[in-house]
Amino acid sequence: MTVLPAQLTSSLSDVAEGYRRHSDAISRGVLWFLIALLFSWAAIFETDLFIAGLIVGSVLALGAIGLTLIYGILGFANFAHGDTMMLGAYMAFFFLTGTVVGKRTNIDVDLGWSIDRLPGATAGLGDLSFGWGLLLAIALAAIVLAVFSVGLDRVVYRPLRRRGSGIVIFAMAALGIAFSIRALMLIIWGPDPRRYVQGLHYANEYPFGVVLKTDQIFIFLVALGLAAVMYYVLFHTKLGKAMRAMADNPDLALVSGINTTRIVMWTWVFAGGLMAIAGALLSIQALLRPILGFELILPLFAATILGGIGKPQGAFIGALVVGVAQESSIQFLRSVGFEDLSIGYKPAVAFVILILILLLRPRGLFGTAT
Amino acid sequence: MRFERMLTPLVLLTVTGLLVGTTLERSRSLDGTINFLAFFATTAAIYAVFSLALNVQWGYTGIFNFGVAAFFLVGAYTAAIFVKPPADPESSVRYVGGFGEVFSPPFLGGDQWVPFLVAMLAAAIASGLLAFLLAIPTLRLREDYLAITTIGIAELLRRIVIQEDYLVNGSRSLIGIPKPFSGYFEADTNRFVYLAVVVVVLIVVFLLVERVIRSPWGRVLRALKEDEIATAASGKNVFAFKMQGFILGAMFMGVGGAVFAFSRGSIGPTTFDHFFATFLIWAMLIVGGSGNNWGAIAGAYVVWGIFTITLNLQLYDLPSLIESRISFIRDFLLGLLIVAILLLRPQGLIPEERRVSIWLDRRMRKSTPGDPAATNTSEP
Repeated sequence: MTVLPAQLTSSLSDVAEGYRRHSDAISRGVLWFLIALLFSWAAIFETDLFIAGLIVGSVLALGAIGLTLIYGILGFANFAHGDTMMLGAYMAFFFLTGTVVGKRTNIDVDLGWSIDRLPGATAGLGDLSFGWGLLLAIALAAIVLAVFSVGLDRVVYRPLRRRGSGIVIFAMAALGIAFSIRALMLIIWGPDPRRYVQGLHYANEYPFGVVLKTDQIFIFLVALGLAAVMYYVLFHTKLGKAMRAMADNPDLALVSGINTTRIVMWTWVFAGGLMAIAGALLSIQALLRPILGFELILPLFAATILGGIGKPQGAFIGALVVGVAQESSIQFLRSVGFEDLSIGYKPAVAFVILILILLLRPRGLFGTAT
Repeated sequence: MRFERMLTPLVLLTVTGLLVGTTLERSRSLDGTINFLAFFATTAAIYAVFSLALNVQWGYTGIFNFGVAAFFLVGAYTAAIFVKPPADPESSVRYVGGFGEVFSPPFLGGDQWVPFLVAMLAAAIASGLLAFLLAIPTLRLREDYLAITTIGIAELLRRIVIQEDYLVNGSRSLIGIPKPFSGYFEADTNRFVYLAVVVVVLIVVFLLVERVIRSPWGRVLRALKEDEIATAASGKNVFAFKMQGFILGAMFMGVGGAVFAFSRGSIGPTTFDHFFATFLIWAMLIVGGSGNNWGAIAGAYVVWGIFTITLNLQLYDLPSLIESRISFIRDFLLGLLIVAILLLRPQGLIPEERRVSIWLDRRMRKSTPGDPAATNTSEP
């Protein structure tokens, strides 16, 4: 009689011990399995939403890569990331149209110089709704935001670093900056939504019931291309390897002779440029609204934490997961019995992912045990 | 050094002077000024309750709650459905609960105050419960994970209120929330009665927080904020203490939400946006000085004072370039103010006290009356 329970407890404790030893591999396996399940379900049953999710996710990834680098290298949660992305989108709008609001915030004033006055700048490239003017405007916005980000670091974050402030002080400063940036956008461009290109553009039909505008394909390709460039920079250049080393372990990077001041500067350059491009790409298929920046914070952080803080490849995968889940999960829940679930809950998806990852594996997909 | 000591009184005097001055000019009558200032004081006192509650979480425990709006919302709506009568099935206004008549004892004018006490208690419990649920997945992890999660829950709750409009009437706002003692007084007097009620609530919350922080329990919280590992090494259960600090702060936020709901009489999802319900409260605590309850109250007064002054400014003959966007300019400057204070004066108007102990305070006072060493010295 006494043998069985003893055997049982010992075998149970073996299981527990086994789990403890392999918990890292197990939780990572479970996470990958869930992601594979989501992707294959969405790809097969909701192909249209799956593609839409990948497009949103790829743009989100550009923001998330910058966020995860800042998070890893500087060690704080940059709550201003979403609002700075929108500032980038508005800068592109400004360079393209030269429009600000005047004495009243609902009356536009044209400054008299802008890219869209150049001959041929707004003529659609192929089947796209916009011309090379917008691309030039986005490039200018990326440069401006890279400079802006480095400047902000010099004025705000570097003094805080020198003083050895806690991560929470950094995050608080970032929140203050986020609200200032949003108010600045409202001051300069007013609260009404804007768009880069006026007029309607039709979508084309593709196999498997996929309906896409050519703009969306362009956005996806640009985002993938930039992610590939970032991959090359981060994994195959000395600068990128130093950045990743610092994101992994700042102290170790410092004693290995890495010039951390230079790395911090380049982090802001890349993050700033990517923020502007990501914000502008998002705004091509949606309206520009100052408030959008705050709504981006949650998906960005969900992607970053899902991928593992300081892991750019993780942020990329995480952003695709958040994008696909956001687009397809409401439809999924409707198909399993919650027929009248509102589409208004779409932003809640990122929150649910965040809670799941914090419960299941807080260090994220690519994070290592500490 | 002299300037350092003069700074706080100077700021308080400037804000008060501008506030009274602009209000006098705006209303052009003594009665109007007094009415307006009473309304100002009511709102400032409600914000001070939130600022104190956030001080428990951030100033004393080091918990990073960026979703004050979530607890604000839960407290306000819970209190509202506890004081309102049951929803009229004929009308288009829909909400759950409506326990106002359940908790109205028929003696001592019970219907004028008992439901409100019950509602405040219910708001505190509901808000504390939310904190408990949020703490489970996040409080053991990096401190900024809680910040991200609380931002998320604030947004999610707002969406639930909007989407599920049978709960609390959705985006059409829940109106007709009564005020305590409103049956006894004229509408004009009631404004001042309610100000008194809010001030009493503020004093009670203040005394509770002061008492609790000056206890051994409160010192564990402060130790946690300074050095978590050292606190754990001296045998304190870090998770449990953090959890308690978080829940206590959240309960006070629930009470704040309740008095806010009574004060406004009508609440909707837009009331609880990130700016008014989270950022402003953080601004108050940081301006006033986190880790000091007097600072928390002073911060609420100063920031809400600045806010009200800019409202008054709209009546002056400003250039339309500024006038049309004065609220955006104010928000912009408030964001910069936060950053500037973090950079230049991280301790705020009234710095943190070094020593928090009732026992030590008493002994020092007894042994050396008037000794400067007995008064609290500020952090360098």
